[in-house]
Amino acid sequence: MLQEESDLSLIIAQIVQKLKGSNLYSQLERQAWASLQRPEIKLESLKEDIKEFFKISGWEKKLQNAVYSELSVFPLPSHPAAPPEHLKEPLVYMRKAQGSWEKRILKSLNSMCTELSIPLARKRPVGEQKELLNKWNEMGTDEPDLSLFRPVYAPKDFLEVLINLRNPNYENGDSLSFRTHLGLIQVPLKVKDIPELKECFVELGLNIGQLGIDDSTQVPPELFENEHVRIGQKVLSEQDSAAAQQYIRQGSPTALRAELWALILNISSQPEDVLYYEQLKTNVIQHDLLVDSLIYKDVKLTASNDDYYFVFEDYLYQVLLCFSRDTSVLSHFAFNSASPPKSYIRGKLGLEEYAVFYPPNGVIPFHGFSMYVAPLCFLYHEPSKLYQIFREMYVRFFFRLHSISSHPSGIVSLCLLFETLLQTYLPQLFYHLREIGAQPLRISFKWMVRAFSGYLATDQLLLLWDRILGYNSLEILAVLAAAVFAFRAVNLMEVTSLAAAEAVLADLSTLKVMPLLQIFLFATVT
Amino acid sequence: MAGKVKWVTDIEKSVLINNFEKRGWVQVTENEDWNFYWMSVQTIRNVFSVEAGYRLSDDQIVNHFPNHYELTRKDLMVKNIKRYRKELEKEGSPLAEKDENGKYLYLFVSQSNKEAYVISLYINNPLLIGGRKFDLRLYVLVSTYRPLRCYMYKLGFCRFCTVKYTPSTSELDNMFVHLTNVAIQKHGEDYNHIHGGKWTVSNLRLYLESTRGKEVTSKLFDEIHWIIVQSLKAVAVNASPSLTSSTANDRILKYNLINDTLNIAVPNGEIPDCKWNKSPPKEVLGNYEILYDEELAQGDGADRELRSRQGQSLGPRAGRSRDSGRAILTTWK
Repeated sequence: MLQEESDLSLIIAQIVQKLKGSNLYSQLERQAWASLQRPEIKLESLKEDIKEFFKISGWEKKLQNAVYSELSVFPLPSHPAAPPEHLKEPLVYMRKAQGSWEKRILKSLNSMCTELSIPLARKRPVGEQKELLNKWNEMGTDEPDLSLFRPVYAPKDFLEVLINLRNPNYENGDSLSFRTHLGLIQVPLKVKDIPELKECFVELGLNIGQLGIDDSTQVPPELFENEHVRIGQKVLSEQDSAAAQQYIRQGSPTALRAELWALILNISSQPEDVLYYEQLKTNVIQHDLLVDSLIYKDVKLTASNDDYYFVFEDYLYQVLLCFSRDTSVLSHFAFNSASPPKSYIRGKLGLEEYAVFYPPNGVIPFHGFSMYVAPLCFLYHEPSKLYQIFREMYVRFFFRLHSISSHPSGIVSLCLLFETLLQTYLPQLFYHLREIGAQPLRISFKWMVRAFSGYLATDQLLLLWDRILGYNSLEILAVLAAAVFAFRAVNLMEVTSLAAAEAVLADLSTLKVMPLLQIFLFATVT
Repeated sequence: MAGKVKWVTDIEKSVLINNFEKRGWVQVTENEDWNFYWMSVQTIRNVFSVEAGYRLSDDQIVNHFPNHYELTRKDLMVKNIKRYRKELEKEGSPLAEKDENGKYLYLFVSQSNKEAYVISLYINNPLLIGGRKFDLRLYVLVSTYRPLRCYMYKLGFCRFCTVKYTPSTSELDNMFVHLTNVAIQKHGEDYNHIHGGKWTVSNLRLYLESTRGKEVTSKLFDEIHWIIVQSLKAVAVNASPSLTSSTANDRILKYNLINDTLNIAVPNGEIPDCKWNKSPPKEVLGNYEILYDEELAQGDGADRELRSRQGQSLGPRAGRSRDSGRAILTTWK
């Protein structure tokens, strides 16, 4: 009991600490001062009266949402004496692996820099600044010569690193047994099995209404959809983050999705947020970064060629270029196993006073990175709002898909979860694919790294991301990947090569995500 | 050989020929006995001109109505709108006065060799997506004019301009900005060969519902459908959609479109008979939805109820006909 209490007070202290520096805090303070003018606030019962005022005016709700947001994002402290790197990643071998991977990425970036004789950053001459400002809304029409630039890394490079991960304290033994994991990932992390997943994703059960299934044309809307929409509207009018997160587990109605996501992510688009975005835009105009070219190249290679997202090409530049310059993103490295690359002012190598993070937000984009932003363009068309939503999605979820960690939503765990599900529940398929040299993870890895963006139809992708938000976890990506294999199992059993297996799984655009998930979790014999 | 539909075409396109062959139909020449002739516009004009005096026999159908060539070009719309307007005036319809364009679409028509002009309202604040203007390419099948029976293909698409929209008048000279026909866009420098700047209509719907809300979007689509039916009533429709496919996806779309079209026009692959009851059963519609069925609309209430419960009709959800079906039919009175 005592331990729990002290844990709780530690958490409260940490959250208070975090919120004290926030905008909300100063707003609450102002509101409290202003409320003293009100007749119902009496000196004798000052504290209670102000609390009551906050409750009625909706400020308590805002505070509640902020606290809830902190709880969702910030990992709970394991031990008060735990050093900061444990918050990033508790396992030493994982931290080391991430460190080496980062060194490789930086080396690759630096050598590209040297080869092309392009500085990592330079100030734009005034003429160039003016030009860029003029075509801010149509940067897609620019055709800079990007042929010499290569993406710093692609998902398959990252997969190779994960395959070689080993826990030095774990002795597998040479003999194969039924316990032997036959997949590519060879580290012993705990992953859920289907009974545990069923408990976790209980709202996806067969007897519970879902958007993505129970709103299809054959089902009368009175059965589920109308009521669900009504509840959604109520949740929005109450402006309750926690309720929204619970609600969205059953999917979001199209018309309410933009607001619901903003509520869950606790994004409210204040004037200072718009100003902050404009400031970032100014930074983009004034300075050119090498990563800008990487971003351009990525957008041109991926989103511009996508059937759904090509329309939003210009928005993608506006978001990603600003993102690179946003130093507020650096705070998420406290709980990210990755660390921002450090660079030094010319001639001052090794001197900490002259160290800068590069890029300013510490995130080096890889091939396909822009696909994290693209689906959001279907929901938000105001650039600063779009930007805020993306940034929050990144620091809550997406960063876990390209850093090495033991977190249950980290890419390593997702890969292991995927492989374990396949091996346990579709052993024949798994064994067959392995025999023909088509390890399933080699095909599904790219889906998970991109959170399926660009592989599913947009409406299906949004239904999937609803559940990511609803369950505050990326595990559903691994479950879906396994469900896709289960769905195409018959065809896959007949292929005899990796290329043929890839072909069977090349086109996911016709898949309906929710029925697949439901069947895999709740209608498969375990 | 007896009982197999005999077909002719003067348009050598695989999306057509593959569809005929897969039904086991037999190709013949135009001089032989044929049942189904997919004609180009020129052929229609020649075959059905007053001088030729050609009449279809009871077991023959073609892909355009005989007088269609006369009525499908924009320059002839003038005549038809005049005629339609007179009819509406007789009925006392307020439409007789109004311009029949909807909020988000525009038509730009003028012919310098005619005295009368039809100039539609040019909208200079069109809906933009990603800063670009787009138009809608919808496929409508008319199986009979009297009674009017038409179907809309669910998989229409929008075509985007490659260039960003700006309202300045100097841009009016820039063909690429305002005209979105794929044929012209292909020569713009920015044309992307991999996907030709298109979205499906359902994608458009998803975007609009997400960013503007359900009611506005439903209203938009209702109005579009209404305009189409009104236009058909004025018999002002472009008869020859392009059957050239610009991308692989495009080819698949057009193949399926022709397939569904043939299923409705020549049900069960039987030899045409003009005495058919031409209202096809729901299963046959494929990706078409009933846009307007005059018989149904004017039929008795019970019949309409029965139909709309079983059949597919347009609205925010195809097949969710209980409310939306009836709503569509009643707003057009």
